[in-house]
Amino acid sequence: MKHLTFYGTALPDVEPEPYNGKLIVIEGPDGVGRSTQIGLLRSWLEARGHAVLDTGMTRSELAGRGIKEAKLGHTLGRLTMHLYYATDFADRLENQMLPALRAGFIVLTDRYIYSAMARAVVRGADPDWMRAIYGIALVPDAVFYLRIQSAAELAERIVVSGRGFDFWESGMDMYLGEDYYDSFIEYQTQMLSEFDKMTAEYGFHLIDASRPLPRVATDLRRAVGRAITRRTIRQGGASTRSESTNEQAQIEQARVRSHESREGKGAGQV
Amino acid sequence: MISYGQHEFPGKLFVVEGTDGSGKSTQLALLHQWLKASGFPVFYSEWNSSPLVKDTTKRAKKRHLFTPTTFSLIHATDFADRTERDIIPPLKAGAIVLADRYIYTAFARDVARGCDRAWVRELYRFAVKPTVAFFFRAPLDVAIERIVSGRPELKFYEAGLDMDWTDEPEESFKIFQGRILAEYDRMVDEFGLTMIDATRSIERQQREVRRIIKQHLMEEAAIMA
Repeated sequence: MKHLTFYGTALPDVEPEPYNGKLIVIEGPDGVGRSTQIGLLRSWLEARGHAVLDTGMTRSELAGRGIKEAKLGHTLGRLTMHLYYATDFADRLENQMLPALRAGFIVLTDRYIYSAMARAVVRGADPDWMRAIYGIALVPDAVFYLRIQSAAELAERIVVSGRGFDFWESGMDMYLGEDYYDSFIEYQTQMLSEFDKMTAEYGFHLIDASRPLPRVATDLRRAVGRAITRRTIRQGGASTRSESTNEQAQIEQARVRSHESREGKGAGQV
Repeated sequence: MISYGQHEFPGKLFVVEGTDGSGKSTQLALLHQWLKASGFPVFYSEWNSSPLVKDTTKRAKKRHLFTPTTFSLIHATDFADRTERDIIPPLKAGAIVLADRYIYTAFARDVARGCDRAWVRELYRFAVKPTVAFFFRAPLDVAIERIVSGRPELKFYEAGLDMDWTDEPEESFKIFQGRILAEYDRMVDEFGLTMIDATRSIERQQREVRRIIKQHLMEEAAIMA
């Protein structure tokens, strides 16, 4: 990503230097196996000589602890939660992701703005409001969405893994069902549908995550390998905040997508 | 999600705004006393007071962790908690809510720090529109004199030292306050702020504020002495 492109209103004060790294997003629902896959990818990339930074939600120095503490109590309101997550994201974008990209790292991020937006929208937030706030996000080089067929499949994985159902992952704050299982199924079904809606809008590369872990890992490796060697097609001006650049970014995103579909569907689909 | 200007509650929301040293908190305290003594249910809420966010903000200020964007977002988070906890429920209960600083403080400060004007406004779209927003306007030199003489040392973010305009705290504070005042001035028309001349005596300002508030408490005004 030689030049930075933002989804909306660019971050103020971004260093106008070249950014030689790559921003790779791994998205997917709770329990789909994102962190396992990221661990494998990281080792693989490092073995090939790439410097890797991995990051994910609530890992900011600024807001990570505050969010975790707030989630343990019973007074965290929805708007507050959405904005706390946005704060965490911005801190990681400015202090982890951008410096690493400038230094030529491959940044692997476990979830990005899409999960944050889906959670908020499922909880009644206005999607346009979320998109405006997260306009400060960089358009990544690639988004791989680990897709699974149904919430029941996720529930099974969570049980088998032995970690059990989590309050927030089950959407228990929304009173969707009698117990953790019912609530989990209802909540995750809504989340999966939000992800599906975002797939075209944000050009997700679908990875079929219903298959066994090693096969998913092989696909992901191949797709990530392609994404990091791909010539940068985007040529937007560096971090400019004008509207014409936003428009240009959208055109270029669309071009990237159509380019990839000519190559044979999303890079990740086999 | 309900947007700015669309909320409808039985209660009333009065907010005070202005640069540091404009005397707005003094005015609000007097207002609070008067309304309480007159028998109204009053709820007071101040900037930067969310129990869920306060510690994060305090720690980040101490360690200088903020950028203009995260400074803006954490204050929006704090304000969201206040809205959900301290502002909407009392308004629903029919109370008078008094807020020391409101979204206009964020608009002024964040834009003074370089955040995009439209982005910051969008961020606070969930806010309840106040019944009246008073803007206590003091000329820059008056406000700065009040702050600098009454305080041992200016704090890092308060003085805008994070912006690297200058290393000299007092100089930086003046630049920052100047930019904030300019933002307030442009918001007077945009948001219909009620301007109060903060150079006049405390008593005269308070009389004017009470007169305006009385108009908004029409039926209740009959009960007041």
